[in-house]
Amino acid sequence: MASNPMDQFTIVPIVPLEVAGFDISFTNSALWMTITVVVSSLFLLLSIRSRGTIPTRGQMVAEMMYNTVANMVRDNVGSGGQPYFPFIFTLFMFVLFGNLLGMVPGSFTFTSHIAVTFAMAAIIFIAVTVIGIAKHGTRFATLFFPHGAPLWTAVILIPIELVSYLSRPVSLSVRIFANLTVGHVILKVIAGFVVALGVFGIVPLAGLVAITAFEFMIAVIQAYVFAILSCIYLHDALHLH
Amino acid sequence: MEADAARLIGAGLAAIGMIGAGIGVGNVWASYIQAIARNPASKGEIGANIWIGFAVTEAIALFALIIALMALFG
Repeated sequence: MASNPMDQFTIVPIVPLEVAGFDISFTNSALWMTITVVVSSLFLLLSIRSRGTIPTRGQMVAEMMYNTVANMVRDNVGSGGQPYFPFIFTLFMFVLFGNLLGMVPGSFTFTSHIAVTFAMAAIIFIAVTVIGIAKHGTRFATLFFPHGAPLWTAVILIPIELVSYLSRPVSLSVRIFANLTVGHVILKVIAGFVVALGVFGIVPLAGLVAITAFEFMIAVIQAYVFAILSCIYLHDALHLH
Repeated sequence: MEADAARLIGAGLAAIGMIGAGIGVGNVWASYIQAIARNPASKGEIGANIWIGFAVTEAIALFALIIALMALFG
């Protein structure tokens, strides 16, 4: 194979910057995050601007995204979930556009870095815990013990529930990071087959087209799952099972 | 044993973890099709939730794959 499939994930500083011993360079990852924010904001602002009764194509897409997240929050967070809608919507759009822009050839997929996804997952985890404690106080601890279970099972259940609660940010971040990383690695590896096989490269090329389509599906599904799991965690904090 | 050979064998062994995820994802879709065959009206309601089950199960395969990649490239 000509090049290492992991090369596409290298972080390159564009504007080297160092403050008090910390490397805070403006990297290609930061550049693509900025592009994602700009593109998603511009898309929503421009497509909604006409506010037509008969929507244009862009307005329909924007309304569809809004409706999807609004339904998600209504169904999964339940009562008292509305104040958190802007956060979930921002999260969804950021991850969705990040994943989709990452599919542009030559671009950089910042969601394929555990540092980025874990930062988001950690913010969600801490926020959800703080919201739960602020709303329920010490009753928040009942989250770790299912209602109605016999008391003696607490010895087994509380550690299990505690571990499952603490592993949430890990599984949330690793899921999206692994999906995106592996997807892009597979694309690169199969692209290597196309070059290596010469004329017969047409066979892996056809497969590559299918896998590219599959990766777009994964990009959307992972954004959706990331948002919906945040909703479910929020539901647990607000309603305690 | 040479370190390189051990690394490759380890990556292969790590990929065994995907067997379980394969069974799991198969189960998710099998139950989905069974459910909508029994009650086609519930398609819309199940359709949204099936992706959560799919993604959560699929993540297990990816954990195994990440370990394999770490063994190969790490």
